[in-house]
Amino acid sequence: MQARRWRLGGLLLAATLLLAGCEFAGPQSALDPQGPVAQAQKDIFLWTFWLSWPVMIGVFGTLIFAIVRFRAKNASDAKAIPTQTHGNTTLEITMTVVATVIVVLVAVPTVRTIFATEQRVDVTALEPGDVLVKATGYQWWFKFEYPELGITTANELIIPAGRRVVVELDSADVLHSFWVPNLAGKRDMIPNNRNQVWFVADQPGTYYGQCAELCLGAHAYMRFRVIAEDDAGFDAWVAAFQGAADQVVQADPLVQRGQQLVAQKGCIGCHTIDGYYANVPVGNPDFPNLTNFGLRTTVGAAVLDNTPENLAAWLRDPQAVKPTNRMPTLWVVDDPNADEEIDAIVAYLLSLGVPDAASAALAQGGLHGGQ
Amino acid sequence: MAVSKVTVAAPAGSGVFTRPNWDAGWLSWLTTVDHKRLGLLYIFTSFLFMSAASIEAFLIRLQLAVPNNTVLNPDAYNQMFTMHGVTMVFLAIMPLGIGFANYFVPLQIGARDLAFPRLNAFGYWIYAVGGLFVYSSFFLGGAPDAGWFAYSPLTSLSNNPGNGTDFYMIGLFVGGIGTLVTAMNLIVTIISMRAPGMTMMRVPVFTWMMLVTAFMIIFAFPPLTIALFQVIMDRTFGTLFYVPQAGAMPILWQHLFWIFGHPEVYIIVLPAFGVISEVIPTFSRKPLFGYPVIILSGIFIGFMGFAVWSHHMFTTGLGPVVNTAFALTSFVIGIPTGIKIFNWVGTIWGGKVVFTTSMLYAISFLITFTIGGITGIMLAVPPFDAQAQDSYFVVAHFHYVMGGGALMAFFAGVYYWFPKMSGKMMDERIGKLGFWFLVPGLHLIFFPQHIAGLMGMPRRTQTYVAGIGLELPNLLSTAGTFVMMIGLILLAVNLVHGLLRGKPAGNDPWDGRTLEWATTSPPPHHDFDRQPVVNDRDAHWVQKYPESVHGHRVPESASEPYDANGIHMPGQSWYPFIMGIAFLPFSYGLLYHNFWVLGLSILIFFVGTFGWAFEGVGGHHLPAGGHAHPKGARS
Repeated sequence: MQARRWRLGGLLLAATLLLAGCEFAGPQSALDPQGPVAQAQKDIFLWTFWLSWPVMIGVFGTLIFAIVRFRAKNASDAKAIPTQTHGNTTLEITMTVVATVIVVLVAVPTVRTIFATEQRVDVTALEPGDVLVKATGYQWWFKFEYPELGITTANELIIPAGRRVVVELDSADVLHSFWVPNLAGKRDMIPNNRNQVWFVADQPGTYYGQCAELCLGAHAYMRFRVIAEDDAGFDAWVAAFQGAADQVVQADPLVQRGQQLVAQKGCIGCHTIDGYYANVPVGNPDFPNLTNFGLRTTVGAAVLDNTPENLAAWLRDPQAVKPTNRMPTLWVVDDPNADEEIDAIVAYLLSLGVPDAASAALAQGGLHGGQ
Repeated sequence: MAVSKVTVAAPAGSGVFTRPNWDAGWLSWLTTVDHKRLGLLYIFTSFLFMSAASIEAFLIRLQLAVPNNTVLNPDAYNQMFTMHGVTMVFLAIMPLGIGFANYFVPLQIGARDLAFPRLNAFGYWIYAVGGLFVYSSFFLGGAPDAGWFAYSPLTSLSNNPGNGTDFYMIGLFVGGIGTLVTAMNLIVTIISMRAPGMTMMRVPVFTWMMLVTAFMIIFAFPPLTIALFQVIMDRTFGTLFYVPQAGAMPILWQHLFWIFGHPEVYIIVLPAFGVISEVIPTFSRKPLFGYPVIILSGIFIGFMGFAVWSHHMFTTGLGPVVNTAFALTSFVIGIPTGIKIFNWVGTIWGGKVVFTTSMLYAISFLITFTIGGITGIMLAVPPFDAQAQDSYFVVAHFHYVMGGGALMAFFAGVYYWFPKMSGKMMDERIGKLGFWFLVPGLHLIFFPQHIAGLMGMPRRTQTYVAGIGLELPNLLSTAGTFVMMIGLILLAVNLVHGLLRGKPAGNDPWDGRTLEWATTSPPPHHDFDRQPVVNDRDAHWVQKYPESVHGHRVPESASEPYDANGIHMPGQSWYPFIMGIAFLPFSYGLLYHNFWVLGLSILIFFVGTFGWAFEGVGGHHLPAGGHAHPKGARS
């Protein structure tokens, strides 16, 4: 019996270490909360987890004891007839009460946590410091708009750390789901069904998000990043976007050639680029907005890091990187000009939002490359 | 020796086909109305579909063994997991329960057949036709790919122009008819055909659970049928039930689907509870602990099963009040389930536990299902569900409940009832060897998936990000597939081995408690030579050990002869088969918008209905109170 207790204690200890240790930390882990919402969700999980141990020890302990203690020892024992008891009312009522108590122990903190994390925020009466974002799911990318700041971007949600972010959720086609495990549990994006999620990132950092509702095709590659900046970093980012329409194409001839190609190849038929022509809007709002693309850390809805090589690979054959996505392949396999043209477009795209060519190279990977 | 057929002039029928009386040959399987043969057909067909679903699962796990694998492209992957889910839920596990019910409900209540034998055959043929139809999609442009719950608007014509979705919608629509008629048949049978003396509180638990299940089917399938009908209308005739651009609210589908879908979970699990409630008492040699509580818990689960559907929708933004309400109902449904587990352990306590393969599966069910129940309570906590919903944590949870729970219980049932169905024993050594591959393999597959889900892996993605901690759980999971596969192969080997080489079973190899063990193995066509009369719960046990239960002698029951003129056996019939098969052209006609074929199938159906109605009784009589055993039976 003593050894048994030690073994159980050891198991509990091992489980504690496993959960407490950094084993389960990660940029997309619900067990590595980086804000109060995800923390509350993890806390309630841990509460049910610890409650499950006495239940499991009770049930499995009794079961294992019973099958060992009451096993038929030999062939004739297997023919013996034990006392044919039909039940025990007191015991059954006791167990019902025990089960009910356990359920109540789960239910009370559950209801508290629901109202602490799932209350809808009235977006017409936001508190000072709140950031409002409208997120729209598309097959297979996310559009992020900041209605109060006049910014539209895609697949990377830049937020200020320590401030509440309220995200209004919508879908342009099928169901999607907005999930950043480190910051908050998921909330579905459903057509004609206004939805909302809110969260706070305690610290600056990069958190992975992913669509969690089947949307066919490239569903597995429908990812995004939430990048929390300190207030100064966030303000700089906002300023870069609000000034994007006025930015001047860099003097580098490669960049200049890239800008022409973006028109010739038809990119601007879909992709909006603020500042592509001064005061002439291009693109279509239902496709990823490439304004200040040089500040992005990823390509193709967070599928690849935004490096010149990856961007070139993506432009050369988008289907190889992200099967079934809707980006057309613009160069046939043996197109002799492909490499030169792609280099130019890459140079142009990476220059967007970046002050000059010299620092463009440094800032590849964006403002946030260091994180 | 065989009972000689005494053909009594049956009332002449007016059908095109006379009712056949053959009892051998492959044609007899098409026209049979015998509940035992139909039960075997259900079980055999569900095993076929289960094999297909296992292959699909195997491919899914191969694809996920390492990140960025290329075994399956996204489209193929979507078809695989959709068909795996559709098959397991609708074509494998649920029909397996119905197959056991077909075979054993009449035997357990001392009846000679289900109330409506031809309707029973009709239900089977529709199930077979629906399953074949859905599977034909693989050869006709691609299988369904929108997941087993086919969320709108992913199923709308503009978002999913291929035929796969039509196969899903029409296949389930047609298959649902078969399930419904079978449920009605079971209800009538259990209510009105119990042996003399078998009051409701003496009915064996498996039969009780099938009664609750049948009622759940009756109430659960209509919402699904409505939803399927809406989508079929959308896709066939251009209605706008689920077209968001026209202002539709696609979330309606989720409500309609889950108000079917959650009861469906219990439609699968309650028969499994029933099997466990037969196996554990038999191999503990003790009555079920707390029989009335088990029954009432089952009924309570049946009711509450309809009050928890929105816990599948906690992340759809129903608001904190609705989420609280459904969280609480979901917690409440955990209580009767917990009580059942307690009662099964209580049954073992103080008994004489005989470790047959069947009992091993039953014990593994208790452990696995308890873990699945605990993660179920966790998932009923909406704030945690926000993280776990649509992640691998959910995948792990429902495979613990459906695979490690329901399926393991049915495997216990296979080992338990195989001797009764075949008259032969399965090999215990192969059985136990298979068990020790199958169940540990199952845990190796699904336990790491809890962790993968918590680490941020969504379900239904054909690949995952490398470097965020998902590689190890996925690799373990895939390794588990190989281990479990060995167990499944050993199970199949054991089934074949048992059929070909099995030792004779005798009537009552396990010293059973319920009436099916009172007749021969396999039972004669008419089930019982004489009408059993019941005077206690565990009717067969008290006949064998009359003093063991109440401390005093239970009077021996006097079984009665059925009829002074002999037992009338109804003739077989072509019409259930014809009318069932008519749904095949019906389905293809609807799918390909060929309204000539559609009209023809409806014509066949109606002509069949008239033939069915007017074909007469047919059949033959067996001698009254026959003491002789039919061919092949051993006692």
